Amino acid sequence: MKTNIKIEAINIKKVFNRTTVFSNISFILEEGSALAIAGKNGSGKSTLAKIIAGVLTPNAGEFIFSINDKEIALVNRFKYLGFVSPYLQLYEEFTALENIQIYSGVRKLNFNNKNLSSLFTKVGLFDRKGDPVRTYSSGMKQRLKYAFALLHQPPLLILDEPRSNLDSDGISIVYDIVKEQKQKGSVIIATNDKEDLQYCDSIIDLNVKVNNSNK
Amino acid sequence: MEKYNYKSSTLTIFMKDFRSELRTRYALNALLMFVITTLSIIMFAIGQESPSVEILAGMLWIVIFFSAMSGMSRSFVSEEERGTVMTLHLIATPASVYFGKLIFNLVLMISMNIFTVLLYFLVIPNFVVRSFDVFVITMFLGTVGLSCSATIIAAIIAKSTTKGTLYPVLSFPILLPLLLAVISATKMAIEGATIRLASGEFQILASYILVITAASYILFDYIWKD
Ligand SMILES: Nc1ncnc2c1ncn2[C@@H]1O[C@H](COP(=O)(O)OP(=O)(O)OP(=O)(O)O)[C@@H](O)[C@H]1O
Ligand SMILES: [Mg+2]
Repeated sequence: MKTNIKIEAINIKKVFNRTTVFSNISFILEEGSALAIAGKNGSGKSTLAKIIAGVLTPNAGEFIFSINDKEIALVNRFKYLGFVSPYLQLYEEFTALENIQIYSGVRKLNFNNKNLSSLFTKVGLFDRKGDPVRTYSSGMKQRLKYAFALLHQPPLLILDEPRSNLDSDGISIVYDIVKEQKQKGSVIIATNDKEDLQYCDSIIDLNVKVNNSNK
Repeated sequence: MEKYNYKSSTLTIFMKDFRSELRTRYALNALLMFVITTLSIIMFAIGQESPSVEILAGMLWIVIFFSAMSGMSRSFVSEEERGTVMTLHLIATPASVYFGKLIFNLVLMISMNIFTVLLYFLVIPNFVVRSFDVFVITMFLGTVGLSCSATIIAAIIAKSTTKGTLYPVLSFPILLPLLLAVISATKMAIEGATIRLASGEFQILASYILVITAASYILFDYIWKD
């Protein structure tokens, strides 16, 4: 069951406290491809990732998020995407397993123990799934965020700094996830890492845009 | 999957908050401490005097109002502080977040107020209610109204930078009609009015709850966005 996803951004602009972070950002992301968002620290990579995810509103511009040629309203966008980032927080007072159970409950997924086990095995946390997230190391938390993002098998995966805090094992899991996701839908990666960029088919460079808007 | 499989986003968010409260006891401890301290102060202040039942009814609502404010003010601030607001944005619609929090506050306040009222009857023997049915309906409607408005005020406060001080300031004008109706109905219960006689007050309380809930439902979409 392939979901044909297409995302079109037209002249996206974001302003924080009267400073323009970026403007005139346009791109089209098609099914089966990966898009990189690159740029130096503070150039707005995370901001753009959050706008695409629908958790931040742009000040200008238009977004067309469609699945099988049907446009998805902003309020429903969260159903079709998974998001991983260092600043995403999970519930520390609950165990990893409880966290995932909560998210699948809120998303109304029909999840059984077998699905859960394979998800935890995939991110390498099977043996620690009963531990409270508060006792997790930062790399383990990052792995758990991948379980959070992949739980509902979204057609779009947005990864902000996908490798942060991960060991070499974790990094290869991430690249496997990216490759797999490109078979099922699309990926957006906000990164500065050369190796991450190899997995992407096109790049938006925010440095260039910042220079343009300063002129 | 048994634990959180409710087939409803709202109920799952409620259960998350409920279990989290059972584990951290944050609101519960603050509430219990508040009710116990204020009731002891009232007890000491009264001493051997016997104040009128009207004053006792007013004092009961002071305890309930301020304990509600301290107990529910954190429902959204806690997500904001933990940084889990974005997590909720990524898994749920604003409506399920709002109603999940509302149900949690309702459950918290109803159980808290049952405790407060029982304790109040116990430590203040002068507090005698003639029409118990009017009293129970008043307490119920008052508690629901308080929870509904406190929930939306908590959502507004969580977005502001001066969280602490703004809460009672903003809540007073919003809660004023509720408090007036609820105190007047409590007085009627003490004086032994029939349900028919108190029905005017009940209607005010019921329409207050409807208006606040409808307004909150519309408002919350805008508050919840960035
Ligand atoms: N909530 C906010 N309020 C005000 N300014 C903000 C806010 N969030 C981000 N900014 C500003 O927007 C700009 C872009 O921030 P953003 O986090 O998107 O950068 P980034 O490209 O992800 O940086 P990094 O490489 O360090 O992750 C920065 O100048 C930052 O100061
Ligand atoms: Mg960033």
